[in-house]
Amino acid sequence: RPYLVFPKIRLLQWEATEVKEADHVPDTMQTPDVPPPTPAKDQFQEELVIRPLHSGDIYASFQFRTMWDTDFLRGSKVSHYRLFPKSLGQVISKFSVRELHISFTQGYWRTMQWGQPFLPSPPGAELWVWFQDTVTDVDGAWKELTNVLSGIFCASLNFIDSTNTVQPSASFKPLGLGNVTDQRFLRYAVLPREIVCTENLTPWKKLLPCGSKAGLAVLMKSEKLFHSSFHSQALHFRPVCQDWKCKSTVWELRQTLNVVFDLHTSGQGKREWSLFKMFSRTLTEACPLASSSKVYVDVTDNPQLFELSPTTPLLSQAVVLGDRRTYSVYDLTNQATFGQTRSLNMLLRWRAAENMLRPLLHGERYVAGYGLQTGEIHTLMYNNHPYRAFPVLLLDTVPWYLRLYIHTLTVTSKGRDNKPSYIHYQPSKDRLRPHLLEMLVQLPPNSVTEVTMQFERALLKWTEYTPDPNHGFYVGSSVISALVPSVVAMDTNSTRECPLFSSFFPCKEESSYFMRVYTEPLLVNLPTPDFSMPYNVICLTCTVVAVGYGSLYNLLTRTFQVEEPSPGLAKRLANIIRRLRGVPLL
Amino acid sequence: MAAPLTLLLIVAVTIRAVLFRSSLAELIPERVEVVSPLNAWKRVVEGLALLDLGVSPYAGDVFHETPLIIYFFHFVIDYAEIVFMVMTRLVGCVFLLQFRKQKYALEAERYPLDCLELIRTPKEMYYIPLKVAMFYLLNPFTILSCVAKSTCGLNNAVIALFILCTVKGSSLMSAIFLALATYQSIYPLTLFAPALLYLLQRLYIPVNWQRSSFWLFTTQYTFMYLGSLCVMVCLSFFLLSSWDFLSSVYGFILSVPDLTPNIGLFWYFFAEMFEHFRLFFICVFQINVFFYTIPLSIKLKEHPIFLIFMQIAIISIFKSYPTVGDIALYMAFLPAWNHLYRFLRNIFLVSVVLLACSALFPVLWHLWIYAGSANSNFYYAITLLFNVAQILLVSDYFYAYLRREHHLTHGLYLKRKDGSEATLVLK
Repeated sequence: RPYLVFPKIRLLQWEATEVKEADHVPDTMQTPDVPPPTPAKDQFQEELVIRPLHSGDIYASFQFRTMWDTDFLRGSKVSHYRLFPKSLGQVISKFSVRELHISFTQGYWRTMQWGQPFLPSPPGAELWVWFQDTVTDVDGAWKELTNVLSGIFCASLNFIDSTNTVQPSASFKPLGLGNVTDQRFLRYAVLPREIVCTENLTPWKKLLPCGSKAGLAVLMKSEKLFHSSFHSQALHFRPVCQDWKCKSTVWELRQTLNVVFDLHTSGQGKREWSLFKMFSRTLTEACPLASSSKVYVDVTDNPQLFELSPTTPLLSQAVVLGDRRTYSVYDLTNQATFGQTRSLNMLLRWRAAENMLRPLLHGERYVAGYGLQTGEIHTLMYNNHPYRAFPVLLLDTVPWYLRLYIHTLTVTSKGRDNKPSYIHYQPSKDRLRPHLLEMLVQLPPNSVTEVTMQFERALLKWTEYTPDPNHGFYVGSSVISALVPSVVAMDTNSTRECPLFSSFFPCKEESSYFMRVYTEPLLVNLPTPDFSMPYNVICLTCTVVAVGYGSLYNLLTRTFQVEEPSPGLAKRLANIIRRLRGVPLL
Repeated sequence: MAAPLTLLLIVAVTIRAVLFRSSLAELIPERVEVVSPLNAWKRVVEGLALLDLGVSPYAGDVFHETPLIIYFFHFVIDYAEIVFMVMTRLVGCVFLLQFRKQKYALEAERYPLDCLELIRTPKEMYYIPLKVAMFYLLNPFTILSCVAKSTCGLNNAVIALFILCTVKGSSLMSAIFLALATYQSIYPLTLFAPALLYLLQRLYIPVNWQRSSFWLFTTQYTFMYLGSLCVMVCLSFFLLSSWDFLSSVYGFILSVPDLTPNIGLFWYFFAEMFEHFRLFFICVFQINVFFYTIPLSIKLKEHPIFLIFMQIAIISIFKSYPTVGDIALYMAFLPAWNHLYRFLRNIFLVSVVLLACSALFPVLWHLWIYAGSANSNFYYAITLLFNVAQILLVSDYFYAYLRREHHLTHGLYLKRKDGSEATLVLK
């Protein structure tokens, strides 16, 4: 009698679905299907993913993950820190933070040329935090937390205050475990003006268990990292399941660094890349504290696009961002990877440029209008899926000095009106809080949706301008969050061999994935008063008021009299003498 | 009287209708001289849109109208243009009616004979109401204000109705309209004194602290006024179930947080103010508006209509967010004082300056905001000059009025002790 076999459900995306081996596998290699030995209380993993982009640039993404089974919420202080950074642990337990996501980005991610990043981030500094539901004064905790983080990362996060903090109601749901979704405990702020430099990288590297002495972190040299088109360092802290049974939760700290190297500025025109050229270092050893240390190179387009050396026997396949990609894996914990020279330097040689698959969701934003009185914000959202429509959540935070008019909000797709199904609008209060607009918009397939809104520019007090007022004021990026149908699931090829019972519904594995797209930040000019004039203005205006006061005072307190001409000097002197003598006057 | 009035109304309506349908109708509501954050039409629409979204209009800092206005426009939003034209018509007609009852009756025959030429003849006075209505309806400032659909027109209508009721002698209606005007913007509070003086004069109650009839009437009027004001405020509370509107409307008018440029003196002054002194100067500037009430009332206690004119002028010049609509209101009174023309000293200078400034306002705004070749100081300078011209105009009329009164009591052709012609000075 036939019986049905159910495939094993994979919970972790990055776990390889197949491992192809060309040669004999050494005994020291572990296959992923075997569960690891009794887990330590904390463990550390590091990996580097190198993905050559179709435009000729190279995208390198470092991820360092520390998982720790401890209880930050208990009253007794945690005092024994091994792999988890102590400075961060103390901050988390003091402010009862459940999730913390902070990113520092220099440059703007060009989705149309580079595809989707693994972890998107907006230009500048972005911080969003979910507090535990035991916190009573969230605003006070937020203010202190931003100041402490500003000290830890040497960044000006102390500029985060109520004028640029919002509480999104739908866009930033927790990324870890937990069922608290009351937006009172969420705070989101972005500083688009923040510059990222070596002073931010150094304390970030110090949080790693091996620092920058061993493992993948030796590659992070600032002079090469900042000589790039895009650079983003981030820190993500959240509670996750310990294993696939999810019986207990552990705290996960992920530090990520994404960098895109420009072919033309760094490659000197030659279409050839190596680790040494990108980072001016090569890899010599794995971090001894890491349980896994791997380098993945995206070889899906190999050998049409480029050629990789040294080759490696390990290959891994994964479905990431809705696309099935193949990776060459270099395991640094295996001494054989380093070869004779005890250093690993990968070389990529370009062959041809190919058109890449267009990303499914893409956003753009710009300011329209002329002059310093009014303007219009246009946000464009592109849905490049050929036949599937999906809803997106648009979050806009606009500072108070650009006064938005919600009655001028228009959403059009393909020339027709597209009414959003959910609008949450919180108007701004001058000098207190910014505008918050969240909308759920359905994007029709293969279309551009345009959201426009008019605003008025305010004249600020002269002390409220930055020292370079004519540079303009930054407006933080819009956030577009969506569950995008995956490219893999787009496969509608019905001629492939597969049983009928699995092919009725078009849903396949990983049929949609979560994606967040950040638009450009805006730079808006405001009308400025003359900064050299405070004293003059006060004097002139008070003079005008005094003219009014003076003329009215004159008319109110004096009466009309016939004017007698005053006598000549001689007569006046004579009158004085006569008065003294007591004789009648002239 | 009916025929010229009808003609005037037709001309006024035609001009406004033509402008409403032209391309200027999009341009004029954006001009900062014509609208202010308090009475812009765009903000009324925004407040209604916020109400539709379920958010309180006072949650943000865009809407600063009173709740009664929201509910009024909630119902007449589709007929907004007609509403504004009707309001202007109303003001015109009201002015007409009240000036019929002119002060001719009060100009008694006790004046010296040579002042006969000072006293106005009935023939002259016949045309004054029509001239007043014409001055208001055909004033470019009023036309601009109406086409911009600024709620200043509504405020002017309420003040005009208040003046009409006061002149007619009905103290209850006068108190109600004054309370409505105060409820809209705080400054008409200063019109309480002239209204009281006029009604006392009409009832032949002398202004004497010892007389009980004076106190009786004053208390009566005060209670009517305060009562209607309380009723309106409480009604607003019940309409929106919150007291937010108090800080959004009255707090906004008094504390001037929004520094959008306008034709007044406040915006640049507080844009360049040192933080330390801000509160002090806010208080000084606001007290400046209310401060002239008592001295003017004492000086002009026999001439309450002129007092009303002076108060309205002072409010329009020194209020926190003035617009040209406010100026049009007191300028409409000027034909009533035609007879003062011979005593005005600076009228040519003042009118030329006012015309030049009105022409320069849009030019310098464009240069600052759009062309970028001028800066805010240019626009500010014109603001200063405009306000100086207005102050000169008002004080000139005041001088002329006082001088006429002096001549009426002492004779027109005055002679010095030695028989030569005398000059009058203020001492």
